Amino acid sequence: MADTIEAEEREMVEEITFFLAGYSKERRHLIPLLQTIQQRHKYLSQDAIRLVAGHLELSPCEVYGVATFYNQFRFNPPGRNQIKVCLGTACHVKGGDIILENFERKLGIKDGETTPDREFSIERVACVGCCALAPVALVNETVHGHVAPSKVEGLILGFQLAKEKEERERRKEASGERQGTD
Amino acid sequence: MSDKEQIDTLFTAIREKAEAQIAAHSETALPSIVIGMATCGLAAGALETKKGFEEALEERGIEARIKSVGCIGHCYAEPVVIVHNPGFPPILYHQVTPGKARMLVRSFLEDGDPLFEYMLGAMEANDMIPAVSDFPRFNREKRVVLDLCGDIDPERIEAYIARGGYAALANALQGEPQGVVAEVSNAGLRGRGGAGFPTGRKWALAAGAESAGKTVICNADEGDPGAYMDRTILESNPHQVLEGLALCAYAVGAKEAVVYVRAEYPLAVKTVTRAIEQAVEWRLLGKDILGSGFDLDVSVFQGSGAFVCGEETALIQSIEGRRGMPQHRPPYPVEKGLWGLPTVINNVKTLASIPRILQGGAEWYRTIGTEKSPGTAIFSVVGDVTHPGLVEIPMGVTLRSLIFEVCGGIPKKKRFKAVQIGGPSGGCLPAEFLDTPIDFDSLSQAGAMMGSGGMVVMDEDTCMVDVARYFLDFTQKESCGKCTFCRIGTRHLLDILERITKGEAREGDLALLDELSRDIQDGSLCALGRTAPNPVLTSLRYFRDEYEAHVYEKRCPAMVCRALTAFYIDLDKCARGCDACVGSCPVEAIFTTLNRKKGIDQSLCVKCGECMVACPPEYAAVCKVSPPEKAPIIERPPKAAEG
Repeated sequence: MADTIEAEEREMVEEITFFLAGYSKERRHLIPLLQTIQQRHKYLSQDAIRLVAGHLELSPCEVYGVATFYNQFRFNPPGRNQIKVCLGTACHVKGGDIILENFERKLGIKDGETTPDREFSIERVACVGCCALAPVALVNETVHGHVAPSKVEGLILGFQLAKEKEERERRKEASGERQGTD
Repeated sequence: MSDKEQIDTLFTAIREKAEAQIAAHSETALPSIVIGMATCGLAAGALETKKGFEEALEERGIEARIKSVGCIGHCYAEPVVIVHNPGFPPILYHQVTPGKARMLVRSFLEDGDPLFEYMLGAMEANDMIPAVSDFPRFNREKRVVLDLCGDIDPERIEAYIARGGYAALANALQGEPQGVVAEVSNAGLRGRGGAGFPTGRKWALAAGAESAGKTVICNADEGDPGAYMDRTILESNPHQVLEGLALCAYAVGAKEAVVYVRAEYPLAVKTVTRAIEQAVEWRLLGKDILGSGFDLDVSVFQGSGAFVCGEETALIQSIEGRRGMPQHRPPYPVEKGLWGLPTVINNVKTLASIPRILQGGAEWYRTIGTEKSPGTAIFSVVGDVTHPGLVEIPMGVTLRSLIFEVCGGIPKKKRFKAVQIGGPSGGCLPAEFLDTPIDFDSLSQAGAMMGSGGMVVMDEDTCMVDVARYFLDFTQKESCGKCTFCRIGTRHLLDILERITKGEAREGDLALLDELSRDIQDGSLCALGRTAPNPVLTSLRYFRDEYEAHVYEKRCPAMVCRALTAFYIDLDKCARGCDACVGSCPVEAIFTTLNRKKGIDQSLCVKCGECMVACPPEYAAVCKVSPPEKAPIIERPPKAAEG
């Protein structure tokens, strides 16, 4: 597991070094740069912050200070399935926190965290902008309106079933190639 | 040829070209289907609806044009579709699922039956179908800024030009910049970002500043949870905002403009970026606009999500690549702003009003709204109302009229309890204030504020202490940390409120809340800190009995605070052998008693309320009580005897 993350981050460093060269060293590029990195790699690794700091001739803690100030930036790789629970005012009034709690309980992680198998991550967001459907949860950009705790279970079960099916098929294919010796 | 004539000829040519393109697109006798595809529509499934139409049209072999537009503000009705079928008036359909889309194609386009059961009404008056303009939701509204939203295609500049867009800019460029400032001052327009500072005065100050490099900024860093009008305007009619921005830049003599949009609004970012490219192509922005010699370079900056960046000086800090922390004023940004140069920052709604003011004239604008607050107000009304969505009303309309007439009142025959205006910075107003007119001054007097226009309506099932706690939780997280009172004070306020909602309140907590709130107001630099205690102060003032019930009786009257409520099953009502609640419980807290009825294990229950929903209405055996001690104790039978 750790190996794959390290390999991924090595690749990331190469890519970032390459495109940093296209920016001048002015400080005003700081936030756009961080945004671009996050857009490409989903999160800001420690190396990414060091690279940006080096390029703009700032200290890494200065860059880290700016990055942590804003809600947009994340410092851990997100899960393959990103769950965002809306806690805007309308969703709060309709019980959004109960939904968030249910996701947290089912997956065994808190908001802002990723499950150890990197399958799911949970985030709270301020407002998705479809208050008429409250409470709202986003799973991989698909909006689910009027979410109830029982729907949370269904959603997660759906993903687990899909994953199991995929694995079964992969195993079947693999064993098919080995002509059923498995 | 003089400059004036040259601008005029160039713009006439542009308008004719735009009109010709639009006419070529709409003149054919084909039916057309218009789908609202802003964020709210997409969230409600507009993409699937569009696909449903496409498939049905192909299946039936019918030719029709599908057009996507922005948002008309009727969020409760999304996905919204308008069908133009030759021989019929344009008809508005609500909540169009792919299934309904298929039916519409088959019954309406093929057989000529407009399906009365699915429609909201006709878009224009006719003898056949009731027109939507007769509904209070439509005829109480006065659409000045949102006029074209949901009517034109936001991705095509020619649609805006053909409807009179950019004419105000072309006209202004033929006159002096002072003329623009004077007209805006005369109109009495007040900044729609919340504070209501006169826009004309701001512009006059910036125009008077002597500096070569001035900047104008469009503030679309909308951070209120539950408010989304800026996003909707940018997604539905970006050119009106850009025209306002260009007029502002011309009036104050700026050559650079920035549109500051939240990165969380990807669709708005995309729409605005494309709109700027188009406007430059059509010579309405960029170098030498309409041959007048006036240059304006417009760029987009994506805000990274910090509520405090709605504050002018914090916004400037973040563009400069720093933490968004507010600075001391004076110097005001109009004197010393971005990169130390004079900067004018206006809200999206303010800028979108400008072209309309210059077109209609200050006199006309003053006829709308009240004397001190002319014009319209845009609110996103959400929460416990029948028709949530975006509403534009003239200033001076009462809260009662807005909530009960325009938005259809409170659903499920519940009672109105309070309305929160102005988001986390505003206040909660109880029913006594329903007849307050909506304008900057009346709302501040009542203890709320206009804010950016978020309005949350709450019914009797809402706990005001919990609402205050929710807003404090938000502002506490968003405090930038510069001022001690805001940074630590809001944390303490939140701790006290959490204590109260958990039934752990101490003696004197209510007095402490009040005192601390006032200290935070006095000790904070920017509006975030100064207004953060507003939800606490207003709810404490108007709903003190609720606080007292929490503190002294450990009871939540609305039965919302989870530590102070409990669910139990009424054994007289529970049906033997019914298992509806057992399956709904996410934590397996419901067990079967010896006589095959159900009980709730209070130590496991997370109080989500699912069992209450699941229990069939003919039994309605699940009850909620506060304080929790009132719930009768039902013992779980020993393992062996169960089942």
